[in-house]
Amino acid sequence: MKRLPISACAPLLLVSLMACTGQSNPRVLVSAAASLTDVFAEIESVYEDIHPGVDVILNFGGSSALREQILEGAPVDVFASANRENMDAIVESGLLDEDPVVFARNLLQIAVPVGNPGGVTGLTDLANEELLIGLCAAEVPCGHLARQVLAAADVTAAIDTNEPDVRALLTKIEVGELDAGIVYVTDVASTDGAVDGVDLPEEDNVVAEYPIAVIGESNPERAADFVEFVLSDTGRAILTDHGFSTP
Amino acid sequence: MSAPERSADPRRPPTLLVVLAGVGIAFFAVPLIGLVGRVPWANLPELLSSAVVVDAFRLSMVASVAATAIALVLGIPLAWILARVEFPGRALVRGMVTLPLVLPPVVGGAALLFALGRRGLLGEVVYEATGLLLPFSTWGVIVATTFVAMPFMVITVEGALRGLDLRYEGVASTLGAGRWTVLRKVTLPMIGPSILSGVVLTWARAFGEFGATITFAGNLQGETQTLPLAVFVTLESDRDAAVAVSLLMVVVSLVVLIALRDRWWRSW
Amino acid sequence: MSLEARIRLRRSEELDIQVDLSIATGATVALLGPNGAGKSSVLAALAGLVPIDSGRIALKGRVFDDPASGVFVAAEDRNVGVVFQDYLLFPHLTALENVAFGLRSRGIPRDNAMQRSREWLSMVGLAGMEGRRPADLSGGQAQRVALARALVGEPDLLLLDEALSALDVGARSSTRHMLQKHLEGFAGPRLLITHDPTEAFLLADDIHVIEGGVVTQSGTADEIRLRPATSYAAELAGANFLRGVAEAGTVEVDGHRLSVADDDMRGPVLVTIPPTAVAVHVTRPGGSPRNTWSTTVTAVERLGTRVRLSTGDPLPLTVEVTAAATDELGIQTGREVWVAVKATEIGLQADDGNSFSRV
Repeated sequence: MKRLPISACAPLLLVSLMACTGQSNPRVLVSAAASLTDVFAEIESVYEDIHPGVDVILNFGGSSALREQILEGAPVDVFASANRENMDAIVESGLLDEDPVVFARNLLQIAVPVGNPGGVTGLTDLANEELLIGLCAAEVPCGHLARQVLAAADVTAAIDTNEPDVRALLTKIEVGELDAGIVYVTDVASTDGAVDGVDLPEEDNVVAEYPIAVIGESNPERAADFVEFVLSDTGRAILTDHGFSTP
Repeated sequence: MSAPERSADPRRPPTLLVVLAGVGIAFFAVPLIGLVGRVPWANLPELLSSAVVVDAFRLSMVASVAATAIALVLGIPLAWILARVEFPGRALVRGMVTLPLVLPPVVGGAALLFALGRRGLLGEVVYEATGLLLPFSTWGVIVATTFVAMPFMVITVEGALRGLDLRYEGVASTLGAGRWTVLRKVTLPMIGPSILSGVVLTWARAFGEFGATITFAGNLQGETQTLPLAVFVTLESDRDAAVAVSLLMVVVSLVVLIALRDRWWRSW
Repeated sequence: MSLEARIRLRRSEELDIQVDLSIATGATVALLGPNGAGKSSVLAALAGLVPIDSGRIALKGRVFDDPASGVFVAAEDRNVGVVFQDYLLFPHLTALENVAFGLRSRGIPRDNAMQRSREWLSMVGLAGMEGRRPADLSGGQAQRVALARALVGEPDLLLLDEALSALDVGARSSTRHMLQKHLEGFAGPRLLITHDPTEAFLLADDIHVIEGGVVTQSGTADEIRLRPATSYAAELAGANFLRGVAEAGTVEVDGHRLSVADDDMRGPVLVTIPPTAVAVHVTRPGGSPRNTWSTTVTAVERLGTRVRLSTGDPLPLTVEVTAAATDELGIQTGREVWVAVKATEIGLQADDGNSFSRV
């Protein structure tokens, strides 16, 4: 088992110490994958409007890092992962009372500068040496999935750079220094039109599934209430707004 | 009868200084020890001989040495002009040269991108005319590295030139030496230790450069992925590999820094 | 005349240099003055390190600097040998390389240059020191290397800037002898820049006293000493420089025999007696001092808490005492007093000949 840096545990421990008052805890600690940053911020804001007095605390990070924290005993109430594997590990540890539920799906998309100067229409165009193509680094989830998609379509992309995160990749596409890159649909949506998207046919695309679950015993009512909200019509509307698809 | 007075032995350094220096040493030593403690000694040879590491090492050496060479060729004349010639806007020029020292490297990389990228101020013109492009190429790495590291050379050499006793150059003139001879045989040799300092600082900065490189030149194994970039991208997924590469960087740096300081240092 | 220079150079608000110099081939002229008088600027102008504002500098008929005609020859083209204050030996070169520097800069092949440099080092008594670095040389040795470096290129003019000031007293004498020897051997005109009157009196034929950028008096050492034109010159004179002949343990000055501490000195000497070393008494002093005589106070000058007295025959001296002592002893012009000088306070320096006019 990989060891956990103290620095990650500290804020969680601090929060849980602060939260140790009374039976019905007005705080809900949610660990969510980084790609849920924008959408969960909006969900939090709407939820707190509906339930004044409840404080939703969001903890974002890479899904694997969040998984580690939970397994090491971090006092998390809700876990929303970017893939099934990390959630399965939690399931195996026996920390869940109920099965996790997939609440959102994300697809990959080709991002291009506004106006698509490179004339990219599909995956095969990414093999064009003349174009400047970027991907997320293979070690990052979006890079990992992008490579899966390319492999499945049997395309050898002429990659010019592996950016360390989605933000960096999108920025270079936005300013026109790259002709195309593969990111999540939600990432393209989050740029608010600064970047255009080229859809991938469903059969070529990889679907990322986001499971969510209530963790532990400390705050079951509030946690379950939050999860229900995410799965509700309001929650689904917010999700689709940001580019996710809902089952 | 009182006991004989004993003052502190003047040959021993003052205790407070020693204590503070010890804390300073710990500051540098503890993280290094932490790193060394994580090294996967068993897998080390295998990890270090992988294509990723070999490519990154080659690129790092090429870029850092090239950046240092460019810094010498351009930086010394620039330092000379700043130190010796009074021209309008000199303070501004000096400020510009120092800017990369203060700017976050990523900002430097972004600036380079906006200037020399495919859609950059200058880059677009060059690209349309010749098809030449710096980003995503090894030359892009060299440019980014030089941008952040050359100020060290300029500042060091300018300081040395200012501190130089100008009379020696007068002496050389009266002995019949023309301006170039004075520069070659008196000025530069007399600031030799400072030039060496400049080389060391410039190379060290260039070797460790990350932000400007990844922002301007990108990250591609064999083309632009230097050692610092390799460490960064492997840190999350393969911690063992990252630590191994970090150790490699530490060892290379120590070897170069110690070798350069010891062998060629000559003080007078 | 070999060197003809009319130098007009404004260095700052306060310092406007106006100096005329003529130096014949083979002659040594000293420019003697306090610090800040402009001596170094004159040297810089002659060496070509600083252009003059107006005037003309010519050596052997060749014009070096003439602003009116737009002529300016740069330092590296003038072939002027300079020995700088603090010597300024290149620290990164050996003694030999220092001496050879000028030759090599002018394109002389390496072997030839090194050979000639080696010879010169030997001539100044430093054979065997070729490989030493300036940091490992004593003051006197560095002085010699600097001189060799200046002379090896056979310059047309030799400039010496405070040649002896940086040396301690012990080294000064032997170095001065060496200097004198090579000065005599040097064919061209020589200019000595100094604030030390001893150096000027012993080494130069003619002395120009410079103060505030202008020459206030020119003449031989004797002329300046005996008939000083300004108070600075008078102070130099008032430092009691006398001419004498030494013999085992004594020196004869103007017919008066003084005991001295130096038993070895023989022959013509320059005698120096610091004004503060002369004790004044109203009655004949008892005890040990052997150098004592009765004389009359010819002048009294008050300078704050110090007083300068001039005493008359048989051996005129300038004496400096405290105002308190003067008042206590009731000293005033015309008063008869006894003066006493300790043998150990009398300085002797061998005077090898050509600087003092022969009566």
